[in-house]
Amino acid sequence: MQIVANIIVLTSLYALVASGYVLVYKVSRVLNLAHGELMILGAYLLVATSAGITSDPLIAIALTAVFSIIVGLSVYLLLMREMTGQPVLAAVLTTVALGILLRGAMVLIWGPQQLNVASMLSFENASVVLTDSIRVSTASLWLVICTVVVYLGLLAFLHMSRWGMRMRASGQNPLLAAQRGINLHTVYALAWTLSTFSGSIAGVLVALDSRLDVNMAVIGLKAFPAALVGGLDSLHGALIGAGVIAVLEVLLIHYVNPLLSDVVPFLVLIAILIVRPWGLFGTKEELNRV
Amino acid sequence: MSNTETGIGKIAPVRAVAKGDGGNRTAWMGLIVLLALVPLVASPFHLDIASQIFIAAIGALALMVLTGIAGQISLGHGGLMAAGAFTTGILYKETGAGIWITLPASVVAGAVIGLIFGLPSLRLRGVYLAMSTLALHFVVIYLGGEYEFASGASTGIFLDPPVIFGYELYDGQAWYYALFLLVAGTYWGCSNLLNSKTGRAWEALHANETAAEALGVQVARYKLLAFVITSGIASFSGALFAYYQSFVSVEAFTLFMSIQYIAMIIIGGMGSLTGALLGAIFVTLVPYCIEWLMETVPYLGLDISTASSASHAAFGLLMILFLVFEPSGLIGIWKRTVARFSSQSKKEGVQ
Repeated sequence: MQIVANIIVLTSLYALVASGYVLVYKVSRVLNLAHGELMILGAYLLVATSAGITSDPLIAIALTAVFSIIVGLSVYLLLMREMTGQPVLAAVLTTVALGILLRGAMVLIWGPQQLNVASMLSFENASVVLTDSIRVSTASLWLVICTVVVYLGLLAFLHMSRWGMRMRASGQNPLLAAQRGINLHTVYALAWTLSTFSGSIAGVLVALDSRLDVNMAVIGLKAFPAALVGGLDSLHGALIGAGVIAVLEVLLIHYVNPLLSDVVPFLVLIAILIVRPWGLFGTKEELNRV
Repeated sequence: MSNTETGIGKIAPVRAVAKGDGGNRTAWMGLIVLLALVPLVASPFHLDIASQIFIAAIGALALMVLTGIAGQISLGHGGLMAAGAFTTGILYKETGAGIWITLPASVVAGAVIGLIFGLPSLRLRGVYLAMSTLALHFVVIYLGGEYEFASGASTGIFLDPPVIFGYELYDGQAWYYALFLLVAGTYWGCSNLLNSKTGRAWEALHANETAAEALGVQVARYKLLAFVITSGIASFSGALFAYYQSFVSVEAFTLFMSIQYIAMIIIGGMGSLTGALLGAIFVTLVPYCIEWLMETVPYLGLDISTASSASHAAFGLLMILFLVFEPSGLIGIWKRTVARFSSQSKKEGVQ
């Protein structure tokens, strides 16, 4: 039964990260390949605030949230805004470049060694006994809770609020949306901000659960297949995609070969690209097909 | 609607310049003679850098043909080089095969993987194609890692220097000339290919796939051909890389390597073979420049442990700067400079 708990935790992680890909892609058709790095940057921001500004964990986490919002906003305003009107692929390569830049910068600032964020914040990551045979760590429990909250919040925001409707409209047809008076730059900036924010939550919780180093940005790449399996422009699809990837990964590691954990998400990605490239719940027309 | 998918900057009409005028040919010959004389004066350290540039140049030419000319994006270039390196390494380790078997085998292996890389391109474009090539990169690396693990060579495979016509390719000068010839050959082959029917078909399907098909270009065939040929070349350069380092290990073929090759074609200038060469030189030199900075400006706080991160950051920054401010790359800057000077001299001629 422990394995079910592991699957749920991994699903939450992938889903939380994948929501960031989906938000940006759904609204602006840009694939953000720097998402993994932005996610880890969230965790490093927590390190910076807890070391430099306050030792109170709650205030540090609140400040980190504010900073991650600022980061997301400035990524759009300073960089991605410049790529508007450029070919989509130029924008994607820009995010690749941003990712490698952030990766290098983070090591230069915080060093290559692993950081124990939990002990820095004096956060007790005790394992919680759910039943006799199932234990999960506190941070994992928070991860599941945060994922549920973020998803409910995002779905409500996208489908019930005025700005959410504007975001969906811009994603469907930017030209018509702009002609109806929707400010595309504001909408895109909002998407990047929300995406970085949810990514940072994932980054902080992963760092609290284990340790923090730059190579953990690869989680971002592994969560990408989750977004694609569900359909790149479908938020609830990302949740189900994350479930698919997590189930396969946990089961294969458990029963076949641990080395497979790095490659399974990508095998699933290739399979879905061959069989159903627009994903399980994505819009078929969205795919620019031959 | 042209270039909406992959066109970063506009495709540079390179061949219009490269063709014809004799002044250009003289300049090329001069450059070749100059490069042939380099080993007589250069130190082993400089020869090593030059050889690395040559290996990178072969890979960059392949990616330029695929992405810059045929318009098919690939984030899996490092995986292809790994495939070549591992084919060579495994063949050498298991059978002791010489360079005349390992190199062709690497090319064939690369071409086959290229065919597999290329198959998704028949259905996918742009972002989706990029993702499938990225995924294949991880699969190739995984297979390499599995081999290392299974064969007990968990640190990697060692290779002896290759033997060509009874002569052991070992010292820097020999490598320099051998690689120089191979780069020149690859460049010559690629530029001829681009001037052929195949090259024109690639450009047509880059500019507008639907229009190309309407004009009778067999899109599927030429797309696959682009993947097969360039993957063969990339794999070939991976095999050379393995021989040059006399060592093969999955650690060398990170995602960063693929990104470096993309950086080469962006910085060099999309759509230009000469741009690929410039990009290879530039990108190979960046880490050395950072090391040099590290030694000369000690209070920057850089040391060995952070040098690689500094070069990561520098690559990211450079790619962003080129993508945002100079999408036509170094070759674009060069052409603008030439155009400015030639228009000035024309004006002076009129006066």
